Amino acid sequence: MTKFFTAAIALLLLALPAHAGFDDAINAATAPIASAVGAIVFFKIPVFGAQLPLVVLWLVIGAVFFTFYMGFVNVRGFKHAIQLVRGDYADPESPGEVSHFQALATAVSGTVGIGNIGGVAVAVTIGGAGATFWLIVAGFLGMSTKFVECTLGVKYRQENPDGSVSGGPMYYMKKGFEERGMAGFGKFMGTFYAIGIFIGALGIGNMFQSNQAYVQLNTVAGGALDGLGWLVGLILAAVVFAVIIGGIKSIARVTEKVVPFMAIFYCLFAIIVILMNFTSIPAAIGNIFAGAFTGAGVQGGAIGALIIGFQRAVFSNESGIGSASIAHAAVRTPEPVTEGYVSLLEPFIDTIVICTITALVIGTSQVADPNFANGATGVAMTSAAFERQISWFPLPLAFGALLFAFSTMISWSYYGLKGWTYLFGEGQMGQTIYKLIFCGFVALGCMVQLGPILDISDALVFLICVPNILGLYFLAPIVKREMVSYMARLDSGEIKKYNH
Amino acid sequence: MSNSVLLAIDGSAGGERALQYAMERAKLGGAKLIVAYVIEWSQYSFNTPEENAERHKRREQEITRATDTIVEPAAKVLRAAGIECQSVVTHGPPAETLIKLANKYEVAQIVIGRRGQSGIKALLFGSVAGNLIQTSPVPVVVVP
Repeated sequence: MTKFFTAAIALLLLALPAHAGFDDAINAATAPIASAVGAIVFFKIPVFGAQLPLVVLWLVIGAVFFTFYMGFVNVRGFKHAIQLVRGDYADPESPGEVSHFQALATAVSGTVGIGNIGGVAVAVTIGGAGATFWLIVAGFLGMSTKFVECTLGVKYRQENPDGSVSGGPMYYMKKGFEERGMAGFGKFMGTFYAIGIFIGALGIGNMFQSNQAYVQLNTVAGGALDGLGWLVGLILAAVVFAVIIGGIKSIARVTEKVVPFMAIFYCLFAIIVILMNFTSIPAAIGNIFAGAFTGAGVQGGAIGALIIGFQRAVFSNESGIGSASIAHAAVRTPEPVTEGYVSLLEPFIDTIVICTITALVIGTSQVADPNFANGATGVAMTSAAFERQISWFPLPLAFGALLFAFSTMISWSYYGLKGWTYLFGEGQMGQTIYKLIFCGFVALGCMVQLGPILDISDALVFLICVPNILGLYFLAPIVKREMVSYMARLDSGEIKKYNH
Repeated sequence: MSNSVLLAIDGSAGGERALQYAMERAKLGGAKLIVAYVIEWSQYSFNTPEENAERHKRREQEITRATDTIVEPAAKVLRAAGIECQSVVTHGPPAETLIKLANKYEVAQIVIGRRGQSGIKALLFGSVAGNLIQTSPVPVVVVP
């Protein structure tokens, strides 16, 4: 097997014209496709001089609705979520099953990706400092959406004949609607979502990640990798190939174990940088609030900042997209709603904590030196902000970005695959075809510019939130009933806390 | 005072020696043995989505394998020697889980084999027997 794919890669390398022009050609070919897809999905309506993409409105309304409908579960369920993750309510009679902590950690490492480093920089560049405020608001509201989708993910998952489990929006749509006497509609929605996720997995969880990993590597290499995107792409694709097709699970396992530490390491250094910029902190926070409501210098003013903030928040924490419910569905619990509680920590960690920290690193650097990034955006901008204070940091940041990108790609290859197998069954041949396509897009991601990648990724991802949120509206009463019943039993002491 | 003893085995030579020792002692004192095998597992580990999806299946496989290849053969030896015994296979952090079992079965003593690991590994992770000695509510016999 190893021999086979080294040979395949060598052949590919020989076949490719090894010059910078190749990347440009790919770029020229994808840009028009990207803008066409983007135009359809991001159909915009003008609001007070800003352009509001319908799909963003769709997500915001959903998140606000679920927050109110579930009685601010994002605030009221927070403490219980932490108790669950700590294992306070874990049944001591069934050790060895997937715990709440494990399900959360897996989902978080799928969501914490380059979006947390590069996506925030994009938000601040386009939406100004005020976008940060709306990013946090979006994270806060997104916790409720996540609660609903992850509860459903566990409740309606499927136990396969081989003992493994499959869950996620396609399953809750199908089974949930069936329960409500709308089997036909549920089937349609499940299929719609499954198509969306397996195509969508090629953008947010794939091309965007590999693209930004390449950009950061190139920054560290001082531009030595200019025009060599295809090479970096092929190498990355080969490693992903080795894991998802070659079955070299040890690489994935190591990544899973290193990523959480990288995230902590990243936050730690980000806080150090913020503290080193301490004189700029008040002004940076002032800019965030001022920008949020006045939208100074941003196209579309405050609404413009809001739109960008929400867009980037969803891109980072994936609430409303339904992807995380695929990962959360693996937990073993008699109470599906418990996983809902646990999952609301995900947007909190991803957006309210990590994204905000990144935003402050950039914000304080901007106050100190408005031109610190020299026009760079995305991950390169964040890297420049770190470099201002800690000159050697871009190197570990590049390594971290690579790992974040890699773990997100592995998680998304699984999400996409679940969509694929839902549609086409568990056949090995089909799975391999999907995985090959996935690897192809990893390579492609490094060859195109950030702009078109973001357009395609955003468009694909937002496309899936249309069926998902629509489904959530219909199924939310089921979640609410479970939540009320669970809370009543928790209060009455019927559900006991175990002493460990 | 209860007359049962928790025998912790792990399929190693040390575990085998612990079994022999516990068997001799049980013959003399007529004790009941609880034969336990703890599959090392932490609820705080990091896994890939695929590993999580297959966890339930794997867990059952792990329990079956440990029961069939380690615990039941040991129990068979004990029963053949006329000793009353009960077997337990469970997941968890080894020392902590053995203590939980000791409390649950109200044993008078825990018998465990020494694995004899030394150097960096023992320094970093500690040994199960070492941890047990520090935290056990009942006397611990470590069989060399």
